[in-house]
Amino acid sequence: MIETINLTKRYGSFTALNDLNLKIEKGTVFGFVGHNGAGKSTTFSILATLLAPTSGAAFVNGYNVSTEAKEVRNHIGYMPDFFGVYDQFKTVEYLDFYGASYGISPAERQILIPQLLELVNLSNKSDVYVDLLSRGMKQRLCLARSLIHDPEVLILDEPASGLDPRARIEMREILKELKNMGKTILISSHILPELAEMCDEIGVITNGELVASGSVADIQEQLQANKIINVKLASDLEKAVLFFEDHHRVSTVTKNPNRDMLSFAFTGNDEEQIALLKKALDHGLAILSFSQEESNLEDVFLEITKGVDFA
Amino acid sequence: MKSLWINPVLNKEIKLRFRSFKSFLGVFFYLFALGGIAIGFILINTVFSYSSTAIFRPEQSRTMFMVLSFVQMALVLFMTPGLTSGVISGERERQTLNILLTTPQTSTSIILSKLFSSIAYLLLMMVASLPLYSIVFLFGGVSPSLLFQIFGLYFVTMLTIGSIGVFFSTVIRKTIVATIITYGITLFFTVGTAFLTIISMQFSAFQNVNQTSVFPYITSVFNPFIILLNSFEEGLSNEINNASGIAFPLTAAFIIAFLLISFVCLFISIKKLRPNMKEKKGEA
Repeated sequence: MIETINLTKRYGSFTALNDLNLKIEKGTVFGFVGHNGAGKSTTFSILATLLAPTSGAAFVNGYNVSTEAKEVRNHIGYMPDFFGVYDQFKTVEYLDFYGASYGISPAERQILIPQLLELVNLSNKSDVYVDLLSRGMKQRLCLARSLIHDPEVLILDEPASGLDPRARIEMREILKELKNMGKTILISSHILPELAEMCDEIGVITNGELVASGSVADIQEQLQANKIINVKLASDLEKAVLFFEDHHRVSTVTKNPNRDMLSFAFTGNDEEQIALLKKALDHGLAILSFSQEESNLEDVFLEITKGVDFA
Repeated sequence: MKSLWINPVLNKEIKLRFRSFKSFLGVFFYLFALGGIAIGFILINTVFSYSSTAIFRPEQSRTMFMVLSFVQMALVLFMTPGLTSGVISGERERQTLNILLTTPQTSTSIILSKLFSSIAYLLLMMVASLPLYSIVFLFGGVSPSLLFQIFGLYFVTMLTIGSIGVFFSTVIRKTIVATIITYGITLFFTVGTAFLTIISMQFSAFQNVNQTSVFPYITSVFNPFIILLNSFEEGLSNEINNASGIAFPLTAAFIIAFLLISFVCLFISIKKLRPNMKEKKGEA
């Protein structure tokens, strides 16, 4: 559905995007994670036919963005990170204009526009001037606009940026609905836990290079050398600390006497983790719980981008 | 072709332009200025005249027509850059251009719609000013064909200056810079070429009578005021033709030159609106 092959964009001596290789299958929600200036918007602009790549190729639905730009435009719904609206249009007129731009007949538009406004919870604002809408409403209206021609691919550049928590939740719910409709969605965001919740796959980009790509679980497994293990004991906390400190795969044991808990970093694989638990039980430790700490996407992002120069 | 004339971008542009209160004010002040001059001219020649008869004669009516025509041309030259030099850069600054460019609307349709909607507004002003010209016809002295000729010149001028405005609006990111450059070029077409024509004519006068120079002809061809004056005073055309040795009619040369400029500006604007998506060969 979306594929990039050695996609590169240079501005003089500055490389904004370097040999990006991506393959996003139909119906996938792909989250693009990266710091500001990492190359996310550059990638999105190329895919939306707004920017010519320096080298490499990008395909949307099998159409080359460089040579078949018109076909690509018919298959994508694009929402930029920053956008404006025609302030003298009413909400309905705004959508009507874009519907007409995509060649949708007036009769179809009359049916389609109320449905889209309902999808983005703006039915009660249909007769309001766009300029008078709040930022969150404008974001939702822009999303409705990107859906007007029922595109198979949605390219959403930070759709939740600058929104208050309620507006973010509303946006997230709409995106979940779009995911259920089978749309292929390429989305970037700084709200990383939200991406983890709704994305099937994520790609981490830093300084124009894709440093990790795959499912959230895969990336966590690939890139997290240290697992954090939390242990809750019924008694003998000191004895347990001495036991775990003695293990060659364990480091940084910290105890919490108030809660009879300890935690440590563990570098072994799953089998070694099972063996460690068995050995601890054999050692006579009264273990109530033994669990690996779930790290969120934010931790993964920080881990991956550790040491990257963001300047 | 139909899609070029009736398309969503043109509909949108016309709707937004004519919905604005500023547009109403624009027409109001335009007619106010033009009407004030027409009425002032009549008052000067009748009520405030030293003549005891105080009659507005046909020859004065023709002079008033000339004055109105020149003022109208000045207003066209003043308003066209302001209306067109922000049509693309303004969308870019409002951050609406990228969204528009991801629709299947062609670059040709976007550029021409922007230009035509601006010209439509100027044409509205022209049409709204027609009742003022009826004063001239009331007193006589001017043929309808001359009126059509003058309005034809206005149209060619606004098309060309408008195309220049759209061109700079497309290739320059900031509206303010595009506007200044468009006004600069308009100033050159009016004051600059007039000055050069006078200088070159004076220079030719000092030369041998049999010697000709194309310079006054070329500078005159790019000056809408000289062409307008030529519509009233045919002797001017003969003088420039004789001085340059070029027999080709001055007005026809003006129309060809201006339409050519317009075509080139629009062609480049259409090419530059979207990035050149063809893969660059030889680059890594």
